[in-house]
Amino acid sequence: MRHLWETPGGVHPPDNKAQSQTMSIGQVPLPKTLILPLNSAFDEVAKASVRIGDRVLKGQKIADIQGKLSVAVHASSSGFVTSIEPRTIAHPSGLSTPCIEITTDGEDRWIESKTYPHYQHIDPPKLCDIIAQAGIAGMGGAGFPSAVKLAIDGEKSVDTLIINATECEPYITADDMLIRERAAEIIKGIDVINCALNKPKAVLIGIENNKPDAIKALQEHCKGTQIEVVPVPTKYPSGGEKQLIYILTGKELPSEALPINIGMICLNIATVFAIKRAVIDGQPLISRITTITGQACDINRNYEVLIGTSVEHLLKLNGFNRERCSRLIVGGPMMGFTLSSTNVPVTKTSTCILAVSHQEMPDSSPPQPCIRCGLCAEVCPASLLPQQLYWYAKAADHERLQAHHLFDCIECGACSYVCPSKIPLVQHYRGSKGDILTARAEKTMASKARERFESRAVRLEKIDSQRETKRESRKLTSNNAEQQRVSGKPPLTTSAEDIIKAAQLRVQTKKISPEKQKAKLERTLIAAQIRLEEAQQRLADVLESGTVDQQTQHKATLEGAKQKVDKTQQRLAKIKLQ
Amino acid sequence: MINLLLDNVVLASLLALIGLGGMFGGLLGYAAEKFKINSDPVIDTIDELLPQTQCGQCGFPGCRPYAQSIADGDAINKCPPGGQTTINAIAKLLDITAVPLDEEHGQEELRTIAYIREDECIGCTKCIQACPVDAILGSAKLMHTVIEKECTGCDLCVDPCPVDCIDMLPVKTSIDTWYWPSPENIPPSTTSAYTEGHAS
Repeated sequence: MRHLWETPGGVHPPDNKAQSQTMSIGQVPLPKTLILPLNSAFDEVAKASVRIGDRVLKGQKIADIQGKLSVAVHASSSGFVTSIEPRTIAHPSGLSTPCIEITTDGEDRWIESKTYPHYQHIDPPKLCDIIAQAGIAGMGGAGFPSAVKLAIDGEKSVDTLIINATECEPYITADDMLIRERAAEIIKGIDVINCALNKPKAVLIGIENNKPDAIKALQEHCKGTQIEVVPVPTKYPSGGEKQLIYILTGKELPSEALPINIGMICLNIATVFAIKRAVIDGQPLISRITTITGQACDINRNYEVLIGTSVEHLLKLNGFNRERCSRLIVGGPMMGFTLSSTNVPVTKTSTCILAVSHQEMPDSSPPQPCIRCGLCAEVCPASLLPQQLYWYAKAADHERLQAHHLFDCIECGACSYVCPSKIPLVQHYRGSKGDILTARAEKTMASKARERFESRAVRLEKIDSQRETKRESRKLTSNNAEQQRVSGKPPLTTSAEDIIKAAQLRVQTKKISPEKQKAKLERTLIAAQIRLEEAQQRLADVLESGTVDQQTQHKATLEGAKQKVDKTQQRLAKIKLQ
Repeated sequence: MINLLLDNVVLASLLALIGLGGMFGGLLGYAAEKFKINSDPVIDTIDELLPQTQCGQCGFPGCRPYAQSIADGDAINKCPPGGQTTINAIAKLLDITAVPLDEEHGQEELRTIAYIREDECIGCTKCIQACPVDAILGSAKLMHTVIEKECTGCDLCVDPCPVDCIDMLPVKTSIDTWYWPSPENIPPSTTSAYTEGHAS
C-alpha cells in the first residue's frame, strides 16, 4: 500500500453522482449543425484551413495550430462548412469567438487517416506532433494543449507520470463511466504517453475511493504493468493538480511553478483516452464523454458527445424542463460557470452540463457581513487566508493581495461553500486576479509606449539637427554666391562660421594617416626633382646664350627648386622616423 | 612633538578632531562625486506611475515633463487617462492626500484606440507626424493604418486629420481579455451556485 499524504483543508459536499450512473455511456443522435470554436483556453486562435461551402469529412482537420498554445480543430462529422464567424460559446463571459459551423450530411463518413499501432518505435517528438495534430487539449477543464505538456526539452526530465482520475467535483461522472467501460484503451493510452516521455520511473493513477467499480476495472487492466492505481480518500478538491501531486508523492509544487519543474507531468484520464484514440486508431479529438445531469433533466446520463453539438440538442434529448431549472451550469457545481444561453456548443473541456432545480440550488440570497468565523481558512486547500484576501480584495489593495499569495488560489470554491454569510469569496478573488493581471499588462504597455516616445524624440532631434546643418550650409553658399555676384571678387571669409570651417578643414588634413602623407610627400618630391632638373637644363641654356637678367632669374628658380627638394626630403625623413 | 601633545590634551583632541573631520569630509566629497545621480529618482518613479499615453492633456509635452513638474510641486490631478488610480498611486508615493481629478484637463474615460476609416484616408501623413508613439503606419498618398497594440489612445491624431477619418473607439472586451468581474459589479445569478455558498 502506498503512503498517502493529506492535504490541508477540503470539504465534503454531497457528491450526487449516483443519478447519472444508472445507465451506460449513451450515443447522441447526429445534430443538424456542429459549431466548432477556434479559440483555445489560452488566448490563441487556430487558423481555419477550410472555406465556406467546402465539403469536409469526419475527422478532417479544419483549423491549424497557429502559435504555441492554440489547438487544432477537426470536423466532428461529415458535411459542409456553412459559416465561419463569431458565435457565442460556453464561456463565463457569454462573449463570442470565431467558430466554424458545419451542417452535417448524415453520412458521418470518416476521412482516411494514418494509424500508428507500432507507436513504440516512434521518436518522442514525432509522437508529440501526432498528438498536437490530433487537436488534443486537457479534457479535465483547463484545456491546455497536451502536446506542449508532453514535449520535454533536453534539460528537463520526467520521473513521475500522474494520471488524474479523481473527478472530485460533485455530479460529474464522465471519467468514472469512461474508466468502467474503456479501461483497456486507457491503459494503452498510458503506454503511448510513456513512450512520448521516454519511460518515466513511476506511473500513478490517482482516483478517489468513491469509484470502486472504476478502481477495480483499472486494477484488472494494470496487472503486470508498472502502472499503479492509487485510490485516494474522497475529499474536495483532491483533484486539483497541486493537491493530487501532494497526496500521491508528498511533494509540494512551488508557487507559480509547473509540475514539470519538479519532474512530474499530470494528465487527465480522459485526455489519456483521447491520446490512445489519436495515435493507435488515428482518430483526432472529435468527441468526449459529457455528463448531463441535474433534477431539471428527466434523464441523467453520460453521453459520448461530438465536439460542437449544441447544449440545446443534448438537453432536449434528456427531457430538460426549463421551468424546473434554476441554473444551467457547465462543469461542476463548485468550479463551473452559469450558461446564459443554451445555444452554445460542447467543447473539448465540457465535462458536465448540470441543470439544477430550484430545490437543489435555490436562488442566492444577498451576502451578509463577514463574522470572522474562520471556516474559510480551515477549508482552504492551498493554506491561504481567505478572510484576509477578502478584505484586501474589497479594498483593491493589490500589493497586499499578492503578498498573501492570491495567485496560489486555485479557485476551488471551498471557502465560498462553507461561508455562513454566503459571501461569494471566489468571485472576489477572480475579480482581483483579473484586475492585477490587467494592471500588469498596462504597466508593460506603458513602458513600451515610453520607450517608443523616447526613441521618437531622439529621432526627431536627429532629423532636426541634420536639417539645421543643411540649412546653414545652403545659407552660406547662397551668401557667398550673392557676394561674389555683387563685388565680382571671391568673398572675404571673416565670419566666425567660416573660421571654424577653415579650422575644421585644417584639422581634417592633419588627420590624414602617415601612409597617405608619406605617399603624398613622395609624389611632391618626385615632382620637385623633375622641376629641379628642368631648371638646371634651362639655366644651362641661358648661361650659353642669354642676358644677365635672365641668368639671375633662372638661378633664383633653380635655388627655389633645390630648396623645395631639400625641404620635402627632410619632411619625408621625419615621417619615416615616426 | 608627541610630548607636547601628551602634555596639552586640548590641543591633541583638537588636532585629532580636525584630522578626522578632514578625512571624513574628503571621503564624503569623493563619494558625492563618484556616485552622483544626474536626474532626480523621484521623477523616474513618478514617471513609472503615469500611463505614458503622451497625450499632453496635463498641459505638458509628454508624461515625463509632467512627472518633473509634479516633483517640483505641481498638482497631481492633471492626468485624465491615468484617472483616480494614478492620482492615488502618486499620492501614496509622495505621501500627500489624494485629490479628485481636475476636470479642467479632461474626464476619466474608457480606454480608447484610434481607428482610421481606411477608405476615406487620403494619405496626407499628418496623423503619422502627430502620433507621439509612432503607432501609425503609412506613407504619402497611401492609406495609413494604426498599429492597435501600440496605440495609447491619446487623441492627438484626430485633430490634424484634414478629412476627419479617424475614430476613437473604446477598446472592446474580447474573450481573451475578459476576466471575472468583482461581485459588486455583477448580478449574482451569473455565477455558479456553490462558489457563492449556496448548496442544498
